[in-house]
Amino acid sequence: MYDGGKIIIGLLIFLAFATFPFYSNIGKSVAKPEPSLDTPVIKALEKKECVESKDFMRRNHMQLLIEWRDSALRDAKRDYVNSKGKHFRISLQNTCMKCHSNKKKFCDECHGYAAVDPYCWDCHFVKEGGR
Amino acid sequence: MFEKALQGRPKYWLWILFLLGITGAGFLVYLQQLKIGLGITGMSRDVSWGFYISQFTFLVGVAASAVMLVIPYYLHDYKKFSKIVILGEFLAVSAVLMCILFIFVDMGQPMRIFNVLLHPTPNSILFWDSVVLTGYLILNIVIGWTTLEADRKEVPPPQWVKPLIYLSVPWAVSIHTVTAFIYAGLPGRPFWMTAIMAARFLASAFASGPAFLIILALLIRKLTKFDPGKEAIQAIAKIVAYAMYANFFFFLLEVFTALYSNIPGHMASFQYLFAGLDGHGKLVPLMWLSVILAIFALAMLVFPSVRANETTLAITCVAVFISLWIDKGFGLVIGGFVPNPFERVTEYWPTLPETVISVAVWAFGFLVLTMLYKVAVSVREAQGPGESLH
Amino acid sequence: MSMDRREFLKLAGLTCIGIGVGGAQLLVRSRIASSEYAPAAEGLQANRWAMVIDLRKFRTEEDYDKLIKACHYIHNVPSFPDKYHEVKWLWKEDFEHSFPEQKNRYLPEGIEKKPVLLLCNHCSNAPCVRVCPTKATFKLSNGITAQDYHRCIGCRFCMAACPYGARSFNWVDPRPYIKEVNPEFPTRTPGVVEKCNFCVERLSEGLRPACVEASEGKILFGDLRDEGSEVRRYLAENFSMRRKPELGTEPAVFYIIGGGEEHV
Repeated sequence: MYDGGKIIIGLLIFLAFATFPFYSNIGKSVAKPEPSLDTPVIKALEKKECVESKDFMRRNHMQLLIEWRDSALRDAKRDYVNSKGKHFRISLQNTCMKCHSNKKKFCDECHGYAAVDPYCWDCHFVKEGGR
Repeated sequence: MFEKALQGRPKYWLWILFLLGITGAGFLVYLQQLKIGLGITGMSRDVSWGFYISQFTFLVGVAASAVMLVIPYYLHDYKKFSKIVILGEFLAVSAVLMCILFIFVDMGQPMRIFNVLLHPTPNSILFWDSVVLTGYLILNIVIGWTTLEADRKEVPPPQWVKPLIYLSVPWAVSIHTVTAFIYAGLPGRPFWMTAIMAARFLASAFASGPAFLIILALLIRKLTKFDPGKEAIQAIAKIVAYAMYANFFFFLLEVFTALYSNIPGHMASFQYLFAGLDGHGKLVPLMWLSVILAIFALAMLVFPSVRANETTLAITCVAVFISLWIDKGFGLVIGGFVPNPFERVTEYWPTLPETVISVAVWAFGFLVLTMLYKVAVSVREAQGPGESLH
Repeated sequence: MSMDRREFLKLAGLTCIGIGVGGAQLLVRSRIASSEYAPAAEGLQANRWAMVIDLRKFRTEEDYDKLIKACHYIHNVPSFPDKYHEVKWLWKEDFEHSFPEQKNRYLPEGIEKKPVLLLCNHCSNAPCVRVCPTKATFKLSNGITAQDYHRCIGCRFCMAACPYGARSFNWVDPRPYIKEVNPEFPTRTPGVVEKCNFCVERLSEGLRPACVEASEGKILFGDLRDEGSEVRRYLAENFSMRRKPELGTEPAVFYIIGGGEEHV
């Protein structure tokens, strides 16, 4: 290998950059996320059910929100009929956030843990925990 | 071959460092723009495109002008250009990079830039502009690099570049035509809505780009051991002369149609740019400077003896470049927005942060240009005098 | 291991293509829920929404300002002190500047300076839709020119294309400039273009646009394709004008100018 030394130094520098997120977080502990359902609206619900099952929502809420967004905005279809035939008005701010009014304790809990920063609240209002 | 860009005298590195410094400063200001928004520029609801898009428009012309060397050399076998075609191609590369950067810094949501590819929209001219600009960038990198490498090895270039070279000719025309179409197809902007826009763009490109190349060629001869060739420079000077006359002619056609028709909407922008409108005339001195420089350059270019003298030629080329930069890199875009659709005047002037970012994009372009030219010049220096093989 | 540079590059290239194809598949979204989407049942439907603004009925400044206030509150439209950063959905401009091609110094007294209520024309052949490189602005089947703030890249081509000056750009963060927030409607993020949406969100709830409601009969709203609709009847009985009809954009906002009656 020509210039072996230089190449190895270059690779090392690259590795130092690429692994930055790992070693910069070593030793830091983040509490296990525990999203809270403790809001007045949810409490008042007789049957505590989201638009789809808990399992589905946990796995797919991001895709579902994108579908909702495109359906409402681009196809003017603002009525969502879920897998059980129940109707919901499509609106992040007025449907989702009406029950889950505790953004900090619900949304941010997992988003913070997973270090994702969705831009929903750059525009959509929340009563608390908004920017 | 790239290693040649990494070997140079202290002066070379000082220049590189200088350009890097400006680019870095501009980057810091750009971070500020990212944080606050485009509100740190002088643009407004009425003049919604400013310095960034003007620079983009002007630089597309500089990029397209490479074709003025490619056509004589590859289509007409004009041997005198054999050693400097590469200068045109590499100038195109750096100019297109600047174009892309200027579009990028002008975006309100730059992180969404790939929406253009994710949701391709063929009815949008901007979509086509992104296609032709990227294509032109790749074409010039591949063609320039391959032919230069062949020269360095003193072998003819591989056969497969020939079709690419022929393709690059219409492609160069396309980038500036598509850029003109961004403006020329908008209802309600009479200053831009002119069928001659693309032709005018090309004429001004074929004057400003080659004028810039002459300056660069003269600099290269002064600073390095590579001589681009007196005859080659003289041939480019002729191209500048013809293109500059064509450009001025086209401009006068625009003035005639606007003024003789006496249609208020078509006259208003010209009035604003050259005389001021409703008491607003920030651009008037600049526009007249552009006209005076153009007339001066036209007067100089017509005399063969002036062109033959490289000092007067250089002065003329600087005049051409500045004149066309004001015309297309400033007046054309701003003039289209003034007056606004309500026939009211909102003026525009770039702010300091906007200027710093723009200068930084230019500095980055010069950085790329310097390094590419360093490679090209090193190959030529090693080659010695004589024509190249392809 | 022996591999020359050429072979290495070939392999590396193939790997990149593989990753690219794999990545592209991630972008192709398929429906995730076994559920359906439909227009809201209570929503108002039309083939072509249109608006008729009867300027004869606007007499005081308050007649205009009330509507602008209603619109700007409902949609969280900021009010910037700096004219350069202005955001407007509904605003007033005097007649001579609203219809600049109608210059005529012998118009009835007061018409030249009479305010006209301006908004997006929701053109059938909208130039903004034609030029948008990402389909962030697009036509709904009911004729409304909609704007998708999630997709807008902020290139502002639509602002150059709109012959009516109907579009505003968020030059800076609008939130500090919203006096009173409507919690039911989103704001916008810096770097996107916005404009009047013909109250598409209210139509889906069975409500007429905010300005129409607040105007108390000065503005009519209805289906242009429906011969029996109020707007069609009104247009058949009154001489109306549209802004810059010569551009072929086919605006859906009609003005009844009148003249001779009392003015502001």
